[in-house]
Amino acid sequence: MTMTSTFDRPVRQYNFGTMSLLVFPATALLLAFLVLPTAVVVVLSFTDYELGMDGLRYIGLSNYSDMLADRVFWQSVRNTALYVALVVPGSIFTALAVALLIERRRALTRFYKVAFFLPVTATLVAMATVWEFILHPSIGLANHLLKVLGVDPVRFLSDPDWAIVSLAVIGIWQSIGFNMVLFLAGLSSIPKEIDEAAALDGAAGGIDRFLIVTWPLLGPTTLFVTITTAINAMRVFESVAVITQGGPNKATEVILYSIYLEAFQYFRTGYASALTVVFLLVTVSLIILQMRVADRKVHY
Amino acid sequence: MTDIDNAAIDATGLTKQFGGHRVLGPVDLSVRPGEFLTLVGPSGCGKSTLLRLIAGLETASEGSIRIAGRIVTDAPPRARDVAMVFQNYALYPHLTVAQNIAVPLRMRRLSLPQRLPVVGPLLPRSAATLSQINDDVEQTAKSLGIGHLLSRKPAQLSGGQRQRVALGRAIVRKPRVFLLDEPLSNLDAQLRVQMRSELVQLHRRLRVTLIYVTHDQAEAMTMSSRIAVMFAGEILQIGTPEAVYDDPDHLKVASFISNPGLNTLPFIAIANTQLGCQLGAMASASPDCTIAFRPEACATVSSGEQSDLSGRLIFCERFGAEAFAHIAVDYAEHPIIARVEPGNAARMSCDQLVHLSLDVSKLFLFGSDGSRLRHQRRAAA
Ligand SMILES: Nc1ncnc2c1ncn2[C@@H]1O[C@H](COP(=O)(O)OP(=O)(O)OP(=O)(O)O)[C@@H](O)[C@H]1O
Ligand SMILES: [Mg+2]
Repeated sequence: MTMTSTFDRPVRQYNFGTMSLLVFPATALLLAFLVLPTAVVVVLSFTDYELGMDGLRYIGLSNYSDMLADRVFWQSVRNTALYVALVVPGSIFTALAVALLIERRRALTRFYKVAFFLPVTATLVAMATVWEFILHPSIGLANHLLKVLGVDPVRFLSDPDWAIVSLAVIGIWQSIGFNMVLFLAGLSSIPKEIDEAAALDGAAGGIDRFLIVTWPLLGPTTLFVTITTAINAMRVFESVAVITQGGPNKATEVILYSIYLEAFQYFRTGYASALTVVFLLVTVSLIILQMRVADRKVHY
Repeated sequence: MTDIDNAAIDATGLTKQFGGHRVLGPVDLSVRPGEFLTLVGPSGCGKSTLLRLIAGLETASEGSIRIAGRIVTDAPPRARDVAMVFQNYALYPHLTVAQNIAVPLRMRRLSLPQRLPVVGPLLPRSAATLSQINDDVEQTAKSLGIGHLLSRKPAQLSGGQRQRVALGRAIVRKPRVFLLDEPLSNLDAQLRVQMRSELVQLHRRLRVTLIYVTHDQAEAMTMSSRIAVMFAGEILQIGTPEAVYDDPDHLKVASFISNPGLNTLPFIAIANTQLGCQLGAMASASPDCTIAFRPEACATVSSGEQSDLSGRLIFCERFGAEAFAHIAVDYAEHPIIARVEPGNAARMSCDQLVHLSLDVSKLFLFGSDGSRLRHQRRAAA
């Protein structure tokens, strides 16, 4: 009874006018910066609008049907998917391994944290020069290493089979730091006593400890890291724009780069909007998936 | 289980330092095979540290530990064959009750490849071992009354049920040494009393060497065959509950093992009484000594009779079956607590003058350093 009355009171005291006044700023900002632009993009995706042109015409779903018929679109979907499929496991397992190694080395933890976090803060546009040097077909460090190992040199950025893989390696390098910090946070939240219980129960070493305690208890962290890394990898753009410009022969054309080309090079705003809508749908469904799984799994 | 399986624990000169600061020791402790030994002491006195040293979760700074005659000072926990129940149980939150209890068996009976997920169960001979493990888990769970909870996760259990799962996980592999760190402190009073007797029965059934940590003197007194009283990292006294209660070696021991408290008086408070003369011979050696007695060692007497102490009643605590009178006495830092009949207590009123007579055979004399002055007993006897 007392509970209800305390909850009732605000409703009785503030009338609808006051409430709307209080909610207004947040709602207005949300509308202006999130809902409105998205709505505009959705509307434009049903038109033939081109940037700089006067009029626009409703053309129904034809942007979408053009998209489905476009070879370049499917190529960019495949490239993006391949990129995500390489970056997500590569980044997660490297970051986890690094986090596990760092956690044990008390003295150097801070140095390692900074070292691995550096790529997160460094702008890729600047670091791209370094990567171009490393991956250079004749004077690059990578090919020198391959030569030492007795492997034939690879044209990392100009071989259509290798270009997306090279970009994925750069993507992994970029995202390890952030994921490592997330894993370190996850590791520090595992109660020390559970580790000790495992030791008394007879866990012999690192592998047992990892399998019974660390990996299962990191579950929520791993899920979060997987989804955020996947979403970030889907949005790959900088490295493509700076290093390969979608080449060679569209081998590194990814969805975001297609949108950029359509919207800002060919000015086909309507078509670019349709691409954006599809991209948004995929991203949002990933986020929803994460929230649903997390709800079910985080509470053991 | 035969007596050979029980292991004696011997710690000699054991110390532990954290960052140059010594928190434990030197401790010498011998636990007999199959014994139920309780470590008691106030918070922060090093009980958990001592237990963790025996379990192998901490490494000793100095000294040695032997279990069943074998030196294990530097051995990892796995090699010591000890099981431990943690204060907050430390169950694996993602595993069911059955899986939790099975972990120690899986670790011991399955090889590393067999323990791996997915491939493990497919390896030859895995199936037979796994079904044997299942049987053992079920039997242990039944014996603890949690057979119906096997498929639940720890989050879906009550505190008492989690406690039993933690016990099950510890006893399922029949360890030689069983360590419990305040296992009942998270339970409500009623469940605590029930679990006390269940633990005693469990110990009797398993006949393992058991070290039990608590800061609850009632648990220490009722459950164990011997208790070790710790203060500031050292064991001040070790003996049967009766010996520690009736014949404390140190003022701190006596005051820790007293309920609701130990009465202390500087000797001068009674120096001029007949009791003072009686004790005078022993006290003369150490004039600033303290006399101490428990609430049950003093009785109220009517003013006519000869009394040893008197003072004004501050208040009377009545618990139904017993009552305690708090009496302000000259020289006493804290009010003297006397156990009185509830009937008498009802007739007492505040500020009334109360006369007390002390049972001299239950009186302890402690020197200024807290150590017991012993001649007194011989003289009184
Ligand atoms: N890892 C550690 N690092 C530094 N000091 C520690 C550590 N563990 C324990 N101590 C210190 O050692 C002393 C003894 O701690 P311990 O946990 O053994 O006490 P306890 O008797 O179990 O107390 P409680 O009844 O509160 O559990 C305390 O002063 C504590 O601060
Ligand atoms: Mg403790």
